[in-house]
Amino acid sequence: MQQALRFQPVDADPVDRSEFIEQARQLRRGSEGAARGLSLTIRDLRKSFGDNEVLRGIDLHIPAGQFVAIVGRSGCGKSTLLRLIAGLEKATAGSIAFSEEVRAQDVRVMFQEPRLLPWARVLSNVEVGLGRDRASADAQARAERALLEVGLGDKRGQWPSVLSGGQKQRVALARALVSRPRVLAFDEPLGALDALTRISMQQMLERVWRDQGFTAMLVTHDVAEAVALAERVLVIEDGRIAEDFAVDLPRPRRRGSAELAALEGTILKHLLEGSEETSDL
Amino acid sequence: MSLIDSVSRVTAPKLPRVDGLIPWIVPLAIILIWQLACVTGFVPSRVLPAPTDVALAGWKLLLSGELIKNIWVSFWRASIGFLIGGSIGFAFGLANGLSKLSSQLTDTTLQMVRNIPHLALIPLVILWFGIDESAKLFLVALGVFFPIYLNTLHGIRTVDPQLIEMGRIYGMTDGELFRRVIFPGALPSIFVGLRFALGIMWLTLIVAETIAASSGLGYMAMQAREFMLIDVVVLSILIYALLGKLADSASRALERLTLSWHPAFQKQ
Repeated sequence: MQQALRFQPVDADPVDRSEFIEQARQLRRGSEGAARGLSLTIRDLRKSFGDNEVLRGIDLHIPAGQFVAIVGRSGCGKSTLLRLIAGLEKATAGSIAFSEEVRAQDVRVMFQEPRLLPWARVLSNVEVGLGRDRASADAQARAERALLEVGLGDKRGQWPSVLSGGQKQRVALARALVSRPRVLAFDEPLGALDALTRISMQQMLERVWRDQGFTAMLVTHDVAEAVALAERVLVIEDGRIAEDFAVDLPRPRRRGSAELAALEGTILKHLLEGSEETSDL
Repeated sequence: MSLIDSVSRVTAPKLPRVDGLIPWIVPLAIILIWQLACVTGFVPSRVLPAPTDVALAGWKLLLSGELIKNIWVSFWRASIGFLIGGSIGFAFGLANGLSKLSSQLTDTTLQMVRNIPHLALIPLVILWFGIDESAKLFLVALGVFFPIYLNTLHGIRTVDPQLIEMGRIYGMTDGELFRRVIFPGALPSIFVGLRFALGIMWLTLIVAETIAASSGLGYMAMQAREFMLIDVVVLSILIYALLGKLADSASRALERLTLSWHPAFQKQ
């Protein structure tokens, strides 16, 4: 346990260990779901950009396989927290520890922009997600499976420029899923989509999360989206976790149901009050 | 792909062939009007020989083997000079786009040299190299260098940083990142440089060959001027136009081949 709590840089993974994880995953593949995700523990995490202290001490434990949404006003540090967890930024102080040592392909990020390579066909774009396994013999088969998972099997040979915004984002999702990550971080992945596409994408995210059992972290502006998808909603304010709501509602959740609306109202009220208090800053 | 092909064939069966001819309507019309103007005596043949006379002069030169020889010499000079200048420009563009140190070391110098019109160096080049091949190759290489350099550099610097971050997240090595993200991203800009460079290549060669050469198309035109063979002068000019068009078409074909992902090169 002590060893497990030590923070590991994502690329410093001994070979024998990673083989072990791979074998364990092969065994698990029969019974997808539970225990695939990684739990993570964050202790007194701080991040400053110059004089600007964005995160001022985050303490957080996320159990394996949980779906956590992180909401907050813009500039509150929610995206920074996500980038730290994904290893895209270095923390100024504090630690992030995963329950097991992680390999690069165990943690994946999906951004607001699809970030597809315009000069690669859809299938090659998905293959990019395999990381170091790109050269392996079954790379193409795995990429095809991931494309089927997001319902774009027939678009494998297309250029990204002919896809719609929602389809591009689904390709990005397939690329994130193809390495079968154990932690998936979403940085406003649906922010640029129209309302109807958003809803169907939310259902797709929920489905793949349930199928694959990874630990999901969703940063979003949209409180309705947060309560519809997550088991737990964190409100971040001024670089700290201000509120931690559990969402104990059965799935599939009916959009517009009274419980969801009530919870959404509570969280929104909290966010708005927070903004009034600090509006003269 | 094949579906799109067949659909467009069904809906517009004859259009593609007509489309290919449209660009040639204006040049053909000009030649026709030119011929008429000469035949009616509106334009004296001392000023401008009729297209038929030019064609006749071309035929004679073709038979004597002089035309082929001169075209070949010019073509060879253009390609070798282009290859030398283009590859050096490309190499510097890559180096300065990818490495800050390299850029700090050489970019300022290159920008200074760029502002010297390379044709202004002709007197110096003749003193250095005389009028043999190296003088022409040097000038062509120098002229071609800058458009390729500048556009390669610009292309690499403007590759979407979000895509580079994505590549790093997904564990691409530096080599892979270059091959899969940076180079394809810079390619459209590199092609702009290529087409500029092709134009400069012919321009430089013509000037160099008319001033200091003992063979080649420019030399052929200058010789003809000495002997008042105006039809040969016009012939040389027309051949330059055709060669320029040929180079442009070749680069366009290459563009279509490598940039098929680009929305601008996809079928409507």
